[in-house]
Amino acid sequence: MNTPAEVLMLFGGILAVLVVATTIGQVLARRVGPEPSPTIENLNQRILAWWVMVGLIGLAFLFGKTGVILLFAFTSFAALREFLTLTPTRLGDHWALLAAFLVVLPVQYYLIWIEWYGLYSIFIPVYAFLLLPIIAAVSGDTTRFLERVAFVQWGLMITVFCVSHVPAFLTLDIPGHAGKQVLLVAFLVIVVQGSDVLQYVFGKLFGRHKVAPSLSPSKTWEGLIGGVASASLVGAGLWWITPFSPFQAGIIALIVCLMGFFGGLVMSAIKRDRGVKDWGRMIEGHGGMLDRLDSVIFAAPIMFHITRYWFSA
Amino acid sequence: MNAPNRFLPKVIALAVTGFARLVTGVRPEWRGCEPAPRRRVYFANHASHGDFVLIWTVLPAALRARTRPVAAGDYWGGDGLRGYIGRAVFNAALIDRTPEPGQQHPIDYLRGVLAEGSSLIFFPEGTRNTTDAVLLPFKSGLFRLAEGDSETEFVPVWIDNLSRVMPKGQFLPIPLLCSVTFGAPMHHEPGEEKTAFLNRAREALLALKPKGPAA
Repeated sequence: MNTPAEVLMLFGGILAVLVVATTIGQVLARRVGPEPSPTIENLNQRILAWWVMVGLIGLAFLFGKTGVILLFAFTSFAALREFLTLTPTRLGDHWALLAAFLVVLPVQYYLIWIEWYGLYSIFIPVYAFLLLPIIAAVSGDTTRFLERVAFVQWGLMITVFCVSHVPAFLTLDIPGHAGKQVLLVAFLVIVVQGSDVLQYVFGKLFGRHKVAPSLSPSKTWEGLIGGVASASLVGAGLWWITPFSPFQAGIIALIVCLMGFFGGLVMSAIKRDRGVKDWGRMIEGHGGMLDRLDSVIFAAPIMFHITRYWFSA
Repeated sequence: MNAPNRFLPKVIALAVTGFARLVTGVRPEWRGCEPAPRRRVYFANHASHGDFVLIWTVLPAALRARTRPVAAGDYWGGDGLRGYIGRAVFNAALIDRTPEPGQQHPIDYLRGVLAEGSSLIFFPEGTRNTTDAVLLPFKSGLFRLAEGDSETEFVPVWIDNLSRVMPKGQFLPIPLLCSVTFGAPMHHEPGEEKTAFLNRAREALLALKPKGPAA
Protein backbone atom coordinates (compact mmCIF):
# COMPACT_ATOMS: atom_id res chain seq x y z
CA MET A 1 0.00 0.00 0.00
CA ASN A 2 1.17 3.53 -0.68
CA THR A 3 1.31 5.13 2.71
CA PRO A 4 -0.42 8.51 2.50
CA ALA A 5 1.70 11.39 3.79
CA GLU A 6 -1.00 12.06 6.38
CA VAL A 7 -0.31 8.68 8.05
CA LEU A 8 3.33 9.56 8.60
CA MET A 9 2.46 13.01 10.01
CA LEU A 10 -0.15 11.42 12.25
CA PHE A 11 2.22 8.82 13.64
CA GLY A 12 4.88 11.49 14.10
CA GLY A 13 2.38 13.46 16.20
CA ILE A 14 1.33 10.41 18.22
CA LEU A 15 4.94 9.46 18.93
CA ALA A 16 5.57 13.01 20.13
CA VAL A 17 2.59 12.75 22.50
CA LEU A 18 3.85 9.40 23.80
CA VAL A 19 7.35 10.79 24.37
CA VAL A 20 5.88 13.71 26.35
CA ALA A 21 3.62 11.35 28.34
CA THR A 22 6.52 9.00 29.08
CA THR A 23 8.68 11.91 30.24
CA ILE A 24 5.93 13.21 32.53
CA GLY A 25 5.36 9.71 33.91
CA GLN A 26 9.07 9.22 34.67
CA VAL A 27 9.42 12.67 36.26
CA LEU A 28 6.38 11.99 38.49
CA ALA A 29 7.84 8.60 39.46
CA ARG A 30 11.17 10.26 40.41
CA ARG A 31 9.43 12.99 42.37
CA VAL A 32 7.50 10.60 44.67
CA GLY A 33 10.85 9.08 45.60
CA PRO A 34 11.54 5.53 46.76
CA GLU A 35 8.01 4.93 48.09
CA PRO A 36 6.13 3.88 44.95
CA SER A 37 2.66 5.33 44.43
CA PRO A 38 0.13 2.87 42.93
CA THR A 39 -1.50 5.61 40.84
CA ILE A 40 1.76 6.65 39.20
CA GLU A 41 2.87 3.06 38.76
CA ASN A 42 -0.42 2.32 37.00
CA LEU A 43 -0.03 5.50 34.90
CA ASN A 44 3.39 4.36 33.71
CA GLN A 45 2.13 0.85 33.00
CA ARG A 46 -0.65 2.38 30.91
CA ILE A 47 1.78 4.58 28.97
CA LEU A 48 4.03 1.58 28.28
CA ALA A 49 1.01 -0.39 27.05
CA TRP A 50 0.15 2.54 24.74
CA TRP A 51 3.58 2.25 23.11
CA VAL A 52 2.83 -1.40 22.38
CA MET A 53 -0.68 -0.69 21.09
CA VAL A 54 0.45 2.19 18.86
CA GLY A 55 3.26 -0.04 17.56
CA LEU A 56 0.81 -2.82 16.72
CA ILE A 57 -1.59 -0.45 14.94
CA GLY A 58 1.32 1.09 13.02
CA LEU A 59 2.48 -2.37 11.97
CA ALA A 60 -1.06 -3.26 10.83
CA PHE A 61 -1.25 -0.01 8.80
CA LEU A 62 1.99 -0.96 7.01
CA PHE A 63 0.27 -4.10 5.72
CA GLY A 64 -2.84 -2.16 4.61
CA LYS A 65 -6.26 -3.82 4.54
CA THR A 66 -4.88 -7.29 5.31
CA GLY A 67 -3.00 -6.00 8.34
CA VAL A 68 -5.92 -4.01 9.76
CA ILE A 69 -8.39 -6.89 9.25
CA LEU A 70 -6.03 -9.40 10.90
CA LEU A 71 -5.36 -7.06 13.84
CA PHE A 72 -9.05 -6.53 14.54
CA ALA A 73 -9.92 -10.20 13.95
CA PHE A 74 -7.42 -11.06 16.67
CA THR A 75 -8.83 -8.24 18.83
CA SER A 76 -12.31 -9.75 18.42
CA PHE A 77 -10.97 -13.18 19.34
CA ALA A 78 -9.40 -11.89 22.56
CA ALA A 79 -12.51 -9.86 23.41
CA LEU A 80 -14.90 -12.76 22.79
CA ARG A 81 -12.70 -15.01 24.91
CA GLU A 82 -12.93 -12.50 27.77
CA PHE A 83 -16.67 -11.99 27.34
CA LEU A 84 -17.56 -15.70 27.33
CA THR A 85 -15.28 -16.38 30.32
CA LEU A 86 -17.72 -14.35 32.44
CA THR A 87 -20.87 -15.99 31.11
CA PRO A 88 -22.56 -19.01 32.71
CA THR A 89 -22.25 -21.33 29.72
CA ARG A 90 -22.85 -25.04 30.13
CA LEU A 91 -21.74 -28.26 28.47
CA GLY A 92 -24.75 -28.02 26.14
CA ASP A 93 -23.30 -24.80 24.66
CA HIS A 94 -20.11 -26.48 23.51
CA TRP A 95 -20.94 -26.67 19.81
CA ALA A 96 -22.58 -23.24 19.71
CA LEU A 97 -19.47 -21.73 21.34
CA LEU A 98 -17.14 -23.56 18.97
CA ALA A 99 -19.23 -22.26 16.06
CA ALA A 100 -18.95 -18.72 17.43
CA PHE A 101 -15.14 -18.91 17.47
CA LEU A 102 -14.44 -21.14 14.47
CA VAL A 103 -17.21 -20.09 12.07
CA VAL A 104 -18.93 -16.82 12.95
CA LEU A 105 -15.78 -14.79 13.75
CA PRO A 106 -13.71 -15.83 10.69
CA VAL A 107 -16.70 -15.54 8.32
CA GLN A 108 -17.53 -12.03 9.54
CA TYR A 109 -13.97 -10.83 8.85
CA TYR A 110 -13.85 -12.70 5.54
CA LEU A 111 -17.02 -10.87 4.46
CA ILE A 112 -15.34 -7.58 5.32
CA TRP A 113 -12.26 -8.70 3.42
CA ILE A 114 -14.34 -9.33 0.26
CA GLU A 115 -16.24 -6.08 0.99
CA TRP A 116 -19.72 -7.67 0.91
CA TYR A 117 -21.58 -4.96 2.83
CA GLY A 118 -25.01 -6.55 2.22
CA LEU A 119 -24.00 -9.69 4.09
CA TYR A 120 -21.50 -8.53 6.74
CA SER A 121 -24.01 -6.01 8.09
CA ILE A 122 -26.64 -8.73 8.72
CA PHE A 123 -24.60 -11.90 9.15
CA ILE A 124 -24.48 -11.84 12.98
CA PRO A 125 -27.76 -9.96 13.64
CA VAL A 126 -29.72 -12.38 11.40
CA TYR A 127 -27.92 -15.63 10.62
CA ALA A 128 -25.91 -16.16 13.82
CA PHE A 129 -28.93 -14.92 15.81
CA LEU A 130 -31.11 -17.69 14.36
CA LEU A 131 -28.64 -20.54 13.90
CA LEU A 132 -26.75 -20.55 17.24
CA PRO A 133 -29.90 -21.06 19.37
CA ILE A 134 -30.81 -23.94 17.06
CA ILE A 135 -27.46 -25.59 17.78
CA ALA A 136 -27.95 -25.03 21.51
CA ALA A 137 -31.51 -26.39 21.42
CA VAL A 138 -30.52 -29.51 19.49
CA SER A 139 -28.02 -30.35 22.24
CA GLY A 140 -31.03 -30.73 24.53
CA ASP A 141 -29.95 -28.80 27.66
CA THR A 142 -32.77 -26.43 28.64
CA THR A 143 -31.35 -25.12 31.92
CA ARG A 144 -31.28 -21.28 31.79
CA PHE A 145 -31.66 -21.64 28.04
CA LEU A 146 -32.73 -18.10 27.14
CA GLU A 147 -30.05 -16.58 29.37
CA ARG A 148 -27.27 -18.67 27.79
CA VAL A 149 -28.43 -18.03 24.22
CA ALA A 150 -28.72 -14.30 24.93
CA PHE A 151 -25.21 -14.19 26.40
CA VAL A 152 -23.65 -15.78 23.34
CA GLN A 153 -25.55 -13.52 20.92
CA TRP A 154 -24.72 -10.39 22.93
CA GLY A 155 -21.09 -11.41 23.11
CA LEU A 156 -20.91 -11.86 19.36
CA MET A 157 -22.64 -8.53 18.67
CA ILE A 158 -20.31 -6.65 21.00
CA THR A 159 -16.99 -8.35 20.38
CA VAL A 160 -17.25 -9.40 16.72
CA PHE A 161 -19.98 -7.44 14.94
CA CYS A 162 -19.23 -4.02 16.45
CA VAL A 163 -15.45 -4.43 16.47
CA SER A 164 -15.47 -5.53 12.82
CA HIS A 165 -16.87 -2.11 11.89
CA VAL A 166 -13.43 -0.61 12.52
CA PRO A 167 -11.72 -2.40 9.59
CA ALA A 168 -14.99 -2.02 7.62
CA PHE A 169 -14.00 1.63 7.04
CA LEU A 170 -11.45 0.30 4.54
CA THR A 171 -14.27 -0.98 2.34
CA LEU A 172 -15.94 2.44 1.93
CA ASP A 173 -15.74 4.13 -1.44
CA ILE A 174 -15.47 7.84 -0.63
CA PRO A 175 -15.10 10.29 -3.57
CA GLY A 176 -11.84 12.24 -3.30
CA HIS A 177 -10.63 10.04 -0.44
CA ALA A 178 -9.57 6.89 -2.33
CA GLY A 179 -6.70 4.98 -0.72
CA LYS A 180 -7.00 7.03 2.46
CA GLN A 181 -9.75 5.07 4.26
CA VAL A 182 -7.21 3.86 6.79
CA LEU A 183 -7.12 7.46 8.06
CA LEU A 184 -10.77 7.10 9.14
CA VAL A 185 -9.69 4.18 11.34
CA ALA A 186 -6.96 6.43 12.75
CA PHE A 187 -9.48 9.26 13.30
CA LEU A 188 -11.88 6.95 15.18
CA VAL A 189 -9.19 5.36 17.34
CA ILE A 190 -7.45 8.67 18.16
CA VAL A 191 -10.70 10.48 19.05
CA VAL A 192 -12.21 7.64 21.12
CA GLN A 193 -9.03 6.65 22.93
CA GLY A 194 -8.01 10.30 23.23
CA SER A 195 -11.37 10.94 24.88
CA ASP A 196 -10.75 8.08 27.34
CA VAL A 197 -7.26 9.38 28.16
CA LEU A 198 -8.40 13.01 28.48
CA GLN A 199 -11.36 11.99 30.67
CA TYR A 200 -8.86 10.15 32.87
CA VAL A 201 -6.55 13.18 32.99
CA PHE A 202 -9.33 15.73 33.66
CA GLY A 203 -10.90 13.35 36.16
CA LYS A 204 -7.63 12.89 38.08
CA LEU A 205 -6.90 16.64 38.06
CA PHE A 206 -10.34 18.15 38.70
CA GLY A 207 -12.77 15.29 39.32
CA ARG A 208 -15.16 15.84 42.23
CA HIS A 209 -18.72 14.95 41.25
CA LYS A 210 -19.37 11.35 40.27
CA VAL A 211 -21.52 10.70 37.18
CA ALA A 212 -22.65 7.17 38.02
CA PRO A 213 -21.39 6.16 41.47
CA SER A 214 -23.17 2.81 41.34
CA LEU A 215 -21.46 1.86 38.05
CA SER A 216 -18.02 3.38 37.98
CA PRO A 217 -16.38 5.25 40.86
CA SER A 218 -13.74 6.78 38.57
CA LYS A 219 -16.09 8.59 36.15
CA THR A 220 -16.71 12.21 37.14
CA TRP A 221 -18.61 15.10 35.54
CA GLU A 222 -15.42 17.15 35.41
CA GLY A 223 -13.62 14.31 33.62
CA LEU A 224 -16.54 13.70 31.27
CA ILE A 225 -17.03 17.33 30.20
CA GLY A 226 -13.33 18.17 30.01
CA GLY A 227 -12.43 14.95 28.22
CA VAL A 228 -15.26 14.92 25.70
CA ALA A 229 -14.93 18.64 24.90
CA SER A 230 -11.17 18.48 24.38
CA ALA A 231 -11.31 15.21 22.40
CA SER A 232 -14.01 16.72 20.15
CA LEU A 233 -11.68 19.67 19.53
CA VAL A 234 -8.90 17.20 18.70
CA GLY A 235 -11.32 15.56 16.24
CA ALA A 236 -12.19 18.89 14.62
CA GLY A 237 -8.47 19.64 14.36
CA LEU A 238 -7.96 16.37 12.51
CA TRP A 239 -10.46 17.27 9.73
CA TRP A 240 -7.59 17.26 7.21
CA ILE A 241 -7.21 13.48 7.41
CA THR A 242 -10.95 12.92 6.78
CA PRO A 243 -13.48 13.68 4.04
CA PHE A 244 -15.27 15.93 6.61
CA SER A 245 -15.19 19.72 7.01
CA PRO A 246 -13.73 20.98 10.34
CA PHE A 247 -17.25 21.55 11.69
CA GLN A 248 -18.47 18.12 10.56
CA ALA A 249 -15.35 16.48 12.00
CA GLY A 250 -16.05 18.17 15.36
CA ILE A 251 -19.69 17.03 15.44
CA ILE A 252 -18.77 13.45 14.46
CA ALA A 253 -16.02 13.44 17.09
CA LEU A 254 -18.54 14.62 19.71
CA ILE A 255 -20.97 11.81 18.81
CA VAL A 256 -18.14 9.29 18.85
CA CYS A 257 -16.93 10.49 22.28
CA LEU A 258 -20.43 10.35 23.78
CA MET A 259 -21.06 6.85 22.39
CA GLY A 260 -17.68 5.85 23.76
CA PHE A 261 -18.48 7.23 27.21
CA PHE A 262 -21.85 5.50 27.43
CA GLY A 263 -20.33 2.32 25.99
CA GLY A 264 -17.92 2.35 28.91
CA LEU A 265 -20.88 2.70 31.31
CA VAL A 266 -22.73 -0.25 29.74
CA MET A 267 -19.67 -2.47 29.90
CA SER A 268 -19.11 -1.40 33.54
CA ALA A 269 -22.69 -2.42 34.33
CA ILE A 270 -21.98 -5.90 32.92
CA LYS A 271 -18.78 -6.18 34.95
CA ARG A 272 -20.66 -5.13 38.11
CA ASP A 273 -23.33 -7.70 37.42
CA ARG A 274 -20.72 -10.45 36.93
CA GLY A 275 -18.85 -9.34 40.07
CA VAL A 276 -15.49 -8.46 38.51
CA LYS A 277 -13.44 -5.28 38.30
CA ASP A 278 -11.69 -5.94 34.98
CA TRP A 279 -12.49 -8.14 31.98
CA GLY A 280 -9.04 -9.69 32.00
CA ARG A 281 -5.34 -9.04 32.48
CA MET A 282 -4.15 -8.95 28.89
CA ILE A 283 -3.02 -5.31 28.74
CA GLU A 284 -0.76 -4.32 31.64
CA GLY A 285 -2.25 -1.43 33.64
CA HIS A 286 -5.49 -1.30 31.62
CA GLY A 287 -7.05 -4.69 32.41
CA GLY A 288 -8.39 -6.85 29.60
CA MET A 289 -8.91 -6.21 25.91
CA LEU A 290 -12.55 -5.23 26.56
CA ASP A 291 -11.52 -2.70 29.23
CA ARG A 292 -9.52 -0.83 26.59
CA LEU A 293 -11.97 -1.41 23.76
CA ASP A 294 -15.40 -0.75 25.32
CA SER A 295 -15.67 2.80 24.00
CA VAL A 296 -14.47 1.89 20.48
CA ILE A 297 -17.08 -0.88 20.35
CA PHE A 298 -19.97 1.53 20.87
CA ALA A 299 -18.56 4.28 18.66
CA ALA A 300 -17.39 2.33 15.60
CA PRO A 301 -20.70 1.18 14.04
CA ILE A 302 -22.29 4.64 14.52
CA MET A 303 -19.41 6.52 12.93
CA PHE A 304 -19.26 3.89 10.18
CA HIS A 305 -22.90 4.41 9.22
CA ILE A 306 -22.69 8.20 9.45
CA THR A 307 -19.72 8.14 7.10
CA ARG A 308 -21.25 5.57 4.77
CA TYR A 309 -24.64 7.33 4.54
CA TRP A 310 -23.44 10.89 4.05
CA PHE A 311 -19.96 10.66 2.55
CA SER A 312 -19.55 7.45 0.54
CA ALA A 313 -20.46 7.03 -3.11
CA MET B 1 17.82 -37.84 29.09
CA ASN B 2 19.77 -38.99 26.07
CA ALA B 3 17.22 -38.41 23.34
CA PRO B 4 19.01 -38.41 19.96
CA ASN B 5 17.05 -35.44 18.69
CA ARG B 6 16.55 -32.44 21.00
CA PHE B 7 15.16 -30.23 18.26
CA LEU B 8 11.79 -31.91 17.67
CA PRO B 9 10.78 -31.98 21.37
CA LYS B 10 11.57 -28.25 21.61
CA VAL B 11 9.38 -27.48 18.60
CA ILE B 12 6.55 -29.59 20.01
CA ALA B 13 6.93 -27.92 23.41
CA LEU B 14 6.73 -24.48 21.77
CA ALA B 15 3.63 -25.52 19.81
CA VAL B 16 1.95 -26.97 22.92
CA THR B 17 2.61 -23.93 25.14
CA GLY B 18 1.72 -21.54 22.29
CA PHE B 19 -1.58 -23.31 21.72
CA ALA B 20 -2.31 -23.36 25.47
CA ARG B 21 -1.71 -19.60 25.66
CA LEU B 22 -3.84 -18.90 22.57
CA VAL B 23 -6.80 -20.87 23.91
CA THR B 24 -6.63 -19.89 27.59
CA GLY B 25 -4.65 -16.62 27.67
CA VAL B 26 -3.18 -18.14 30.82
CA ARG B 27 -1.19 -15.96 33.22
CA PRO B 28 0.48 -17.25 36.37
CA GLU B 29 -0.18 -15.57 39.69
CA TRP B 30 2.67 -16.23 42.13
CA ARG B 31 0.74 -15.33 45.27
CA GLY B 32 2.53 -17.31 47.96
CA CYS B 33 5.99 -17.79 46.47
CA GLU B 34 8.30 -16.78 43.64
CA PRO B 35 9.23 -18.97 40.69
CA ALA B 36 12.50 -20.20 42.21
CA PRO B 37 14.71 -23.15 41.23
CA ARG B 38 14.03 -25.08 44.44
CA ARG B 39 12.90 -28.68 44.64
CA ARG B 40 9.14 -28.54 44.74
CA VAL B 41 6.01 -30.61 44.46
CA TYR B 42 3.32 -28.47 42.78
CA PHE B 43 0.07 -30.09 43.90
CA ALA B 44 -3.01 -28.99 41.98
CA ASN B 45 -6.71 -29.59 41.50
CA HIS B 46 -7.42 -31.91 38.58
CA ALA B 47 -10.50 -31.48 36.40
CA SER B 48 -9.12 -31.69 32.87
CA HIS B 49 -6.60 -33.64 30.82
CA GLY B 50 -4.86 -30.33 30.10
CA ASP B 51 -4.11 -29.47 33.74
CA PHE B 52 -0.42 -30.32 33.84
CA VAL B 53 0.10 -28.72 30.41
CA LEU B 54 -1.22 -25.44 31.82
CA ILE B 55 1.09 -25.50 34.86
CA TRP B 56 3.95 -26.53 32.62
CA THR B 57 3.15 -23.58 30.28
CA VAL B 58 3.29 -20.90 32.96
CA LEU B 59 6.54 -22.13 34.57
CA PRO B 60 9.62 -20.18 33.39
CA ALA B 61 11.62 -22.27 30.88
CA ALA B 62 14.49 -22.94 33.31
CA LEU B 63 12.08 -24.33 35.91
CA ARG B 64 10.06 -26.20 33.32
CA ALA B 65 13.11 -28.20 32.24
CA ARG B 66 13.45 -29.68 35.72
CA THR B 67 9.76 -30.10 36.56
CA ARG B 68 8.22 -33.47 35.74
CA PRO B 69 4.46 -34.03 35.65
CA VAL B 70 3.31 -37.21 37.37
CA ALA B 71 1.16 -39.00 34.81
CA ALA B 72 -0.56 -42.33 34.38
CA GLY B 73 1.59 -44.81 32.49
CA ASP B 74 -1.39 -46.42 30.78
CA TYR B 75 -2.31 -43.05 29.20
CA TRP B 76 0.99 -41.21 28.68
CA GLY B 77 3.24 -44.27 28.28
CA GLY B 78 3.35 -46.64 25.35
CA ASP B 79 5.02 -46.42 21.96
CA GLY B 80 2.55 -44.15 20.16
CA LEU B 81 2.69 -40.42 19.58
CA ARG B 82 1.25 -39.71 23.03
CA GLY B 83 3.94 -41.88 24.58
CA TYR B 84 6.62 -40.03 22.64
CA ILE B 85 5.30 -36.61 23.72
CA GLY B 86 4.92 -37.82 27.32
CA ARG B 87 8.56 -38.96 27.45
CA ALA B 88 10.44 -36.58 25.14
CA VAL B 89 8.50 -33.33 25.60
CA PHE B 90 7.01 -33.39 29.08
CA ASN B 91 9.53 -35.82 30.55
CA ALA B 92 6.63 -37.21 32.54
CA ALA B 93 7.22 -39.31 35.64
CA LEU B 94 5.04 -42.26 34.64
CA ILE B 95 3.38 -44.27 37.37
CA ASP B 96 1.35 -47.43 37.28
CA ARG B 97 -2.09 -46.73 38.65
CA THR B 98 -2.59 -50.40 39.58
CA PRO B 99 0.82 -51.65 40.73
CA GLU B 100 1.14 -55.40 40.91
CA PRO B 101 2.52 -57.03 44.06
CA GLY B 102 6.28 -57.05 44.06
CA GLN B 103 6.59 -54.00 41.80
CA GLN B 104 8.16 -50.81 43.09
CA HIS B 105 5.49 -48.68 44.73
CA PRO B 106 4.70 -45.50 42.71
CA ILE B 107 5.42 -43.30 45.74
CA ASP B 108 8.87 -44.84 46.19
CA TYR B 109 9.55 -44.19 42.52
CA LEU B 110 8.46 -40.54 42.87
CA ARG B 111 10.63 -40.09 45.96
CA GLY B 112 13.49 -41.31 43.83
CA VAL B 113 12.69 -38.73 41.14
CA LEU B 114 12.69 -35.98 43.78
CA ALA B 115 16.00 -37.27 45.14
CA GLU B 116 17.52 -36.79 41.66
CA GLY B 117 16.71 -33.06 42.03
CA SER B 118 13.59 -32.84 39.85
CA SER B 119 10.40 -31.07 40.87
CA LEU B 120 7.00 -32.70 40.37
CA ILE B 121 3.51 -31.71 39.25
CA PHE B 122 1.17 -33.88 41.31
CA PHE B 123 -2.61 -34.25 41.50
CA PRO B 124 -3.50 -35.32 45.05
CA GLU B 125 -7.08 -36.25 44.13
CA GLY B 126 -5.57 -39.19 42.27
CA THR B 127 -8.02 -38.96 39.40
CA ARG B 128 -9.78 -36.38 37.27
CA ASN B 129 -12.65 -34.65 39.06
CA THR B 130 -15.65 -34.88 36.74
CA THR B 131 -18.19 -34.27 39.50
CA ASP B 132 -19.80 -31.02 40.68
CA ALA B 133 -17.72 -31.10 43.88
CA VAL B 134 -14.97 -28.46 44.05
CA LEU B 135 -12.36 -31.04 45.05
CA LEU B 136 -12.44 -34.80 45.51
CA PRO B 137 -11.04 -36.20 48.78
CA PHE B 138 -7.24 -36.37 48.62
CA LYS B 139 -5.63 -39.79 48.33
CA SER B 140 -2.86 -40.63 50.76
CA GLY B 141 -0.14 -40.16 48.10
CA LEU B 142 0.56 -36.53 48.93
CA PHE B 143 1.05 -37.39 52.59
CA ARG B 144 3.37 -40.27 51.78
CA LEU B 145 5.45 -38.00 49.55
CA ALA B 146 5.68 -35.26 52.15
CA GLU B 147 6.20 -37.41 55.26
CA GLY B 148 9.65 -36.85 56.67
CA ASP B 149 10.80 -34.71 53.73
CA SER B 150 11.67 -31.30 55.16
CA GLU B 151 13.59 -30.08 52.09
CA THR B 152 11.02 -30.33 49.32
CA GLU B 153 8.55 -27.44 49.19
CA PHE B 154 4.92 -28.49 48.69
CA VAL B 155 3.27 -25.68 46.70
CA PRO B 156 -0.53 -25.63 46.27
CA VAL B 157 -1.61 -24.62 42.74
CA TRP B 158 -5.18 -23.75 41.81
CA ILE B 159 -6.05 -24.15 38.12
CA ASP B 160 -9.19 -22.19 37.33
CA ASN B 161 -11.67 -22.61 34.49
CA LEU B 162 -9.82 -25.22 32.42
CA SER B 163 -12.65 -27.73 32.86
CA ARG B 164 -14.92 -25.30 30.97
CA VAL B 165 -12.36 -25.01 28.17
CA MET B 166 -12.13 -28.77 27.76
CA PRO B 167 -15.33 -30.31 29.14
CA LYS B 168 -15.63 -34.03 29.72
CA GLY B 169 -15.92 -36.01 26.50
CA GLN B 170 -15.11 -33.14 24.12
CA PHE B 171 -11.86 -32.95 22.23
CA LEU B 172 -12.06 -29.44 20.73
CA PRO B 173 -11.31 -26.77 23.36
CA ILE B 174 -13.32 -23.54 23.64
CA PRO B 175 -11.16 -20.43 24.10
CA LEU B 176 -11.84 -19.09 27.60
CA LEU B 177 -9.49 -17.36 30.05
CA CYS B 178 -7.83 -19.57 32.65
CA SER B 179 -5.64 -18.71 35.62
CA VAL B 180 -3.01 -20.61 37.56
CA THR B 181 -2.43 -19.44 41.14
CA PHE B 182 0.58 -20.57 43.19
CA GLY B 183 0.21 -20.52 46.97
CA ALA B 184 2.68 -20.51 49.84
CA PRO B 185 4.95 -23.57 50.18
CA MET B 186 4.10 -25.96 52.99
CA HIS B 187 5.83 -28.90 54.70
CA HIS B 188 4.80 -31.91 56.67
CA GLU B 189 5.23 -31.04 60.37
CA PRO B 190 7.04 -33.69 62.44
CA GLY B 191 4.46 -35.97 63.99
CA GLU B 192 1.56 -34.56 61.99
CA GLU B 193 -1.17 -37.15 61.36
CA LYS B 194 -2.11 -38.08 57.81
CA THR B 195 -5.65 -36.66 58.01
CA ALA B 196 -4.42 -33.42 59.57
CA PHE B 197 -1.80 -32.90 56.89
CA LEU B 198 -4.16 -33.71 54.01
CA ASN B 199 -6.80 -31.36 55.46
CA ARG B 200 -4.24 -28.58 55.76
CA ALA B 201 -3.13 -29.14 52.14
CA ARG B 202 -6.73 -29.17 50.96
CA GLU B 203 -7.54 -25.91 52.76
CA ALA B 204 -4.39 -24.28 51.35
CA LEU B 205 -5.45 -25.29 47.83
CA LEU B 206 -9.07 -24.17 48.23
CA ALA B 207 -7.95 -20.80 49.58
CA LEU B 208 -6.44 -20.05 46.15
CA LYS B 209 -9.69 -20.53 44.24
CA PRO B 210 -10.78 -17.17 42.75
CA LYS B 211 -14.11 -15.81 43.97
CA GLY B 212 -15.13 -15.49 40.34
CA PRO B 213 -18.37 -14.20 38.80
CA ALA B 214 -21.62 -15.01 40.54
CA ALA B 215 -22.77 -17.50 37.92
